[in-house]
Amino acid sequence: MDFLIAAIITIVGISTPILLAGLGELVVEKSGVLNLGVEGMMLVGAIAGFAATVLTGNPWLGVIGAAIAGALAASLFGFFVLTLNSNQVATGLALTIFGTGLSSLIGLSFVGRIVPQFGSVFPPELARDPLLKVVFGYSPVVYFALIMVFAVGWFLKSTRAGLILRAVGENDLSAHSIGYSVIGVRYAAVAFGGAMAGIGGAYFSMVITPMWAERMTAGRGWIALALVVFAGWRAGRLLVGAIFFGVLMWMELNAKAGGLSFLSFAQYIPSQFWAAMPYLMTVVVLTLISMRDRVGLNAPACLGKPFLPAT
Amino acid sequence: MDSSIAPRLQLTGITKRFPGVLANDSVSFAVLPGEIHALLGENGAGKSTLVKMIYGIMQPDAGEIRWNGQALTIGNPKAARKLGIGMVFQHFSLFEAMTVLENIALGMDAKIHARDLEARIREVMEQYGLKLDPHRTVSTLSVGERQRIEIVRALLLNPKLLIMDEPTSVLTPQEVEQLFVVLRQLASEGCSILYISHKLHEIKALCDTATILRGGKLVDTCDPKVETSRSMAEKMIGAGLKEITKPASRSLGPEKLVVSRLSIPGAGPFGIALKDINFTVRGGEIFGVAGVAGNGQNALLLALSGEVLSGDAEAISIDGAPVGQLQAKSRRLKGLASVPEERNGHAAVPEFSLADNTILTARDRLGMVSAGLIKAGAAKTYAGEVITAFAVKALGPGAMAGSLSGGNLQKYIMGREILQKPAVLVVSQPTWGVDAGAAAAIHQAIVDLAAAGSAVVVISQDLDELLSLCDTLAVINEGRLSRPIEVAGADIEEIGLLMGGIHGEAPTTPTAELELADAH
Repeated sequence: MDFLIAAIITIVGISTPILLAGLGELVVEKSGVLNLGVEGMMLVGAIAGFAATVLTGNPWLGVIGAAIAGALAASLFGFFVLTLNSNQVATGLALTIFGTGLSSLIGLSFVGRIVPQFGSVFPPELARDPLLKVVFGYSPVVYFALIMVFAVGWFLKSTRAGLILRAVGENDLSAHSIGYSVIGVRYAAVAFGGAMAGIGGAYFSMVITPMWAERMTAGRGWIALALVVFAGWRAGRLLVGAIFFGVLMWMELNAKAGGLSFLSFAQYIPSQFWAAMPYLMTVVVLTLISMRDRVGLNAPACLGKPFLPAT
Repeated sequence: MDSSIAPRLQLTGITKRFPGVLANDSVSFAVLPGEIHALLGENGAGKSTLVKMIYGIMQPDAGEIRWNGQALTIGNPKAARKLGIGMVFQHFSLFEAMTVLENIALGMDAKIHARDLEARIREVMEQYGLKLDPHRTVSTLSVGERQRIEIVRALLLNPKLLIMDEPTSVLTPQEVEQLFVVLRQLASEGCSILYISHKLHEIKALCDTATILRGGKLVDTCDPKVETSRSMAEKMIGAGLKEITKPASRSLGPEKLVVSRLSIPGAGPFGIALKDINFTVRGGEIFGVAGVAGNGQNALLLALSGEVLSGDAEAISIDGAPVGQLQAKSRRLKGLASVPEERNGHAAVPEFSLADNTILTARDRLGMVSAGLIKAGAAKTYAGEVITAFAVKALGPGAMAGSLSGGNLQKYIMGREILQKPAVLVVSQPTWGVDAGAAAAIHQAIVDLAAAGSAVVVISQDLDELLSLCDTLAVINEGRLSRPIEVAGADIEEIGLLMGGIHGEAPTTPTAELELADAH
């Protein structure tokens, strides 16, 4: 039982950053932009959140700082791909390299520092209860991520702004001819994606291991990208997918640590297998859903294409 | 000024310049309230540019737009809609993966709750007798239904001026008639209609006034009911229109292309399956395949060209040799050339030069490749020949295919195939989006090829084109091909009914048809 509770808490914890970054990327991709710089934006958010918390002593300001830093990094990407029409894939990769380097540089002066932690959202007797902590014992960021699943799902499905955003991703030229600002919508989406990735990154440096280490997001930005595809561009499935990927990542951690003694097969499976599983599952899911038509796939039709209106 | 006689829309001296082109050169005309006003011109005459300025997508470099007597600038489409200007685009600005309701909501500027919007949509559809299910996804709709979305979207704004850009190019004759009923009803209620088309008989049947553009300049404003189609066409082209000259007497040669019991399963859930298709085309014969878009024309072209193989080698034969299981390349060597509907990306690679584009289909028949190496000189020479023979306006064989206008690229592609002297030529939509001059040249080339003894299959949604071109035609509907009909003495009514899916019995496809309002 203790084992199960520990497992659930760990899985929720490692699912949260990819859920946050995935939700952001979902909105970005729904607007027709492919931002492969999630890993870089997460690292920028991780160091910005850490630095802001160290300097202000307030983890809430840290999260806000992470969101702003992520949004700024994303806006830089936006300037290149939306204003200058550069290639989205190449620019996204460059953003990852840039974010990795920038975060390492800024992080130099923060190595070895520790940050104050978030207080509990719920009364301590609930949050520390050996059983109830499965529900009440998480960082506020976890609950924020859960709320955002529903907020993003509702925004895309039921609001006019969400409808316009989907329209821009589905057919940018038509949206333009109706009179919507394609570039404006995409800038907003890209900035939102950056803010969410930034918060996801800050979760590493402020909650999981409250200290700074270079490249501490350890490739989770790529898993978040795979997660968006795995979820078929739907917010609800993104939550399911994040937990599923969380289980796989938990298996990887256990395999590395030589744990999982209750599962005899685990000792024969190297940790690399589990590390590869999210990507493998994404390919499988993509293959399955693409057997249906493109509309069933729910992929934005303009994904990754530059917006070039006829003048 | 008395508002009852002020024109709804008055353009004075509208000029728009693009790099290297004067798209509109001081164009002036007026549209009266309740008038159906035709805007006529070849592709590239400047109609689209002019309309885009009226709808606020572009701004004129000079000139004045007056709306109900008031001079103003229309800064964007939103401002245009606010004035009461609605537009139905030729290429529908629809979002495939979204529902009809969502598509219409996107075109509305005012924030309306989805439920209220749906009620208003149903109201407008009732009023004008338009049928549409608001909750269907656009990707599942026919072209006619898609156009209806655009019309409903425009009508919801209670437009004072409705701009229709080539609205009938994809409709059956019956659907065209029903559209005209809606437009006439609108006009009688005081809405002005700016009707862009190059189909002259439609303009004669529908419009009160016609403004003709050529090369960006206004040529004439006339009464289409007084003019003849021919006189308007000549104003549009600026020269005497060449009639297609068919050889007076032709004897058809041996059977060149025989299709027998060709069935191919549909690709994907919305792909149209071909069901038991049979026809024969003899040397010298032009065989037309009529039908509304999305009834299997594309599948038929792919099956004939060899891009999709038949399960049965005997299903298609050329000069008696079964080719049903041969790839496109092998069929080409047997003498079958094909021109698909989509010019950019299917028939030609837009980013390639014209010379490189010849290699795509002519390499084997004209020996442009030896030992795996391309003979660039041969390709260039052949491209030059095509350009000269078909009067293609291009900078030369080195010009990028994508830099050519639609009509010129189509002439080039047709020329590329025809100069290879194919035994059988299959073309789909040969004059889609092509100006009248180029269309006439393409038609003549098809007739000449047939006269030289080749068998030609023309798949087209333009019934007029097929009637003027073909010796025989059949109608494709839901993947089935009707019996062949001799064009001489064909009954247009019957062809129209076949296109609508009615095979001489009670209507079987009531879902998609635009129905007349019985209340009015």
